[in-house]
Amino acid sequence: MSTAIPWRVATVVGTRDETPTARTLVLDVPGWPGHLAGQHLDVRLTADDGYSTQRSYSVASAGVPLELMVQRVEDGEVSPYLTGSLEPGDRFELRGPVGRWFVWRPRDTAPVLLVAGGSGVVPLRAVLQARRTAGSTVPVHLVCSVRSPADAVYADELAEPGEGVDVAWVHTRSAPPDDPRPAGRIARADLDVPGFSPADEPLCLVCGPTGFVETVADHLVALGHPAAAIRTERFGPTG
Amino acid sequence: MPIISKGFRGRPGGRDPELPPGQYRTTDFPVLSTGPSPHVDPDRWSLTLVTEAGETSTWDRQALLALPQERPTVDIHCVTKWSKFGTSWRGVSLDTLLDGVSTAASFVKVASYGGYTTNLPLEDLRGGRAWVVHEFDGRPLTPEHGGPVRLLVPHLYFWKSAKWVRELQLLTQDEPGFWETNGYHDYGDPWREQRYQGD
Ligand SMILES: Cc1cc2nc3c(=O)[nH]c(=O)nc-3n(C[C@H](O)[C@H](O)[C@H](O)COP(=O)(O)OP(=O)(O)OC[C@H]3O[C@@H](n4cnc5c(N)ncnc54)[C@H](O)[C@@H]3O)c2cc1C
Repeated sequence: MSTAIPWRVATVVGTRDETPTARTLVLDVPGWPGHLAGQHLDVRLTADDGYSTQRSYSVASAGVPLELMVQRVEDGEVSPYLTGSLEPGDRFELRGPVGRWFVWRPRDTAPVLLVAGGSGVVPLRAVLQARRTAGSTVPVHLVCSVRSPADAVYADELAEPGEGVDVAWVHTRSAPPDDPRPAGRIARADLDVPGFSPADEPLCLVCGPTGFVETVADHLVALGHPAAAIRTERFGPTG
Repeated sequence: MPIISKGFRGRPGGRDPELPPGQYRTTDFPVLSTGPSPHVDPDRWSLTLVTEAGETSTWDRQALLALPQERPTVDIHCVTKWSKFGTSWRGVSLDTLLDGVSTAASFVKVASYGGYTTNLPLEDLRGGRAWVVHEFDGRPLTPEHGGPVRLLVPHLYFWKSAKWVRELQLLTQDEPGFWETNGYHDYGDPWREQRYQGD
């Protein structure tokens, strides 16, 4: 019988606005046991009358300090709090890491096709960091789907992703004027990338809202990727 | 002592005694899966029950529809924290499928099209607490929700309700399934918040 994953106290040590509705929280978590890129954790907030609630968040960083990136959901119970009044020194509880399937390990040698819908880029950003930290040279292609350029999180760092990593943006509602790809939902062609075809046997990690993940996974299967090479993480019901 | 999150009040509806600990209520339909949804042709779907002695019974769609149908309306609880109240389904009770099956097994390993597996005590499939279902809300089950046929065991976290169900293997010894070997709890009772190993 293994012991339960304990709740730990996280202290906010920094915050960074990524877009008008998405915020990074930098956390100090004494005793954090380490994690693999792609894993998530559970956050628990407790009100002063004892009421508490939990939500899952992917870890955005490959190591410590832990970073989370939270997209505000209007009318949400937890995300407006995490993206709103929290400031350095504030504390909340979390436990993890959780999930041993939606992960990338530094010893993995296959090319990696990463596909993110909106805030689904969070665990994939941890994969990019882990690859860099480990000195891995596996080729990576990241497709980021966002509504408009203003919704692009991590835009600055993804503009210079490092050697061996390409980043392609898919704009679903409005594309920048110089973008040869017109605005529109992610299509099979966006996922048909030289060097990341089924013959190249890439690992495919897909993360985002349920509908997005469903669509992308179906496209990848239709392109010929074996189901076992496609790992998915779903963030929420809509989006 | 829990840490009080300064300024956090929560939603009034969160304090609902019908919610298991750590869950919140949604009106959407939770989806949790590990990869692409297999698209199984309903006319090629079948479910096989294998006893520990190797005896098998198999039902195809027609055979399943010929059995007495029930319409359970139940609350479901996903380990990713969503609970959805009053979901309505149509299908066949496991009591019906297990009726007349001679077994001394205590465990079941459930296998799905696409390779997913999960494990449960056999007892949890009996007593009007488990079904194989083919309709949700009056419509055929869609692939992302486990169609053409999924298991429904609402008193456990929803990952136990295997989608795209293909085989029920009766075993004398417990054998962990997919999530159960990936850090999740072996039994998964939402009321005892058995999310992860050791909970
Ligand atoms: C494994 C996992 C990892 C996750 N990682 C992240 C992450 O890194 N960053 C992040 O921002 N979120 C992440 N999420 C989503 C997160 O757990 C919450 O669901 C989200 O923050 C909304 O919570 P809330 O309390 O604000 O909204 P709620 O009060 O739960 O919901 C309010 C309303 O918004 C709808 N809703 C819920 N979630 C979403 C959503 N994602 N998009 C649109 N509408 C929604 C609900 O159906 C409801 O109608 C992850 C979820 C899972 C399961």
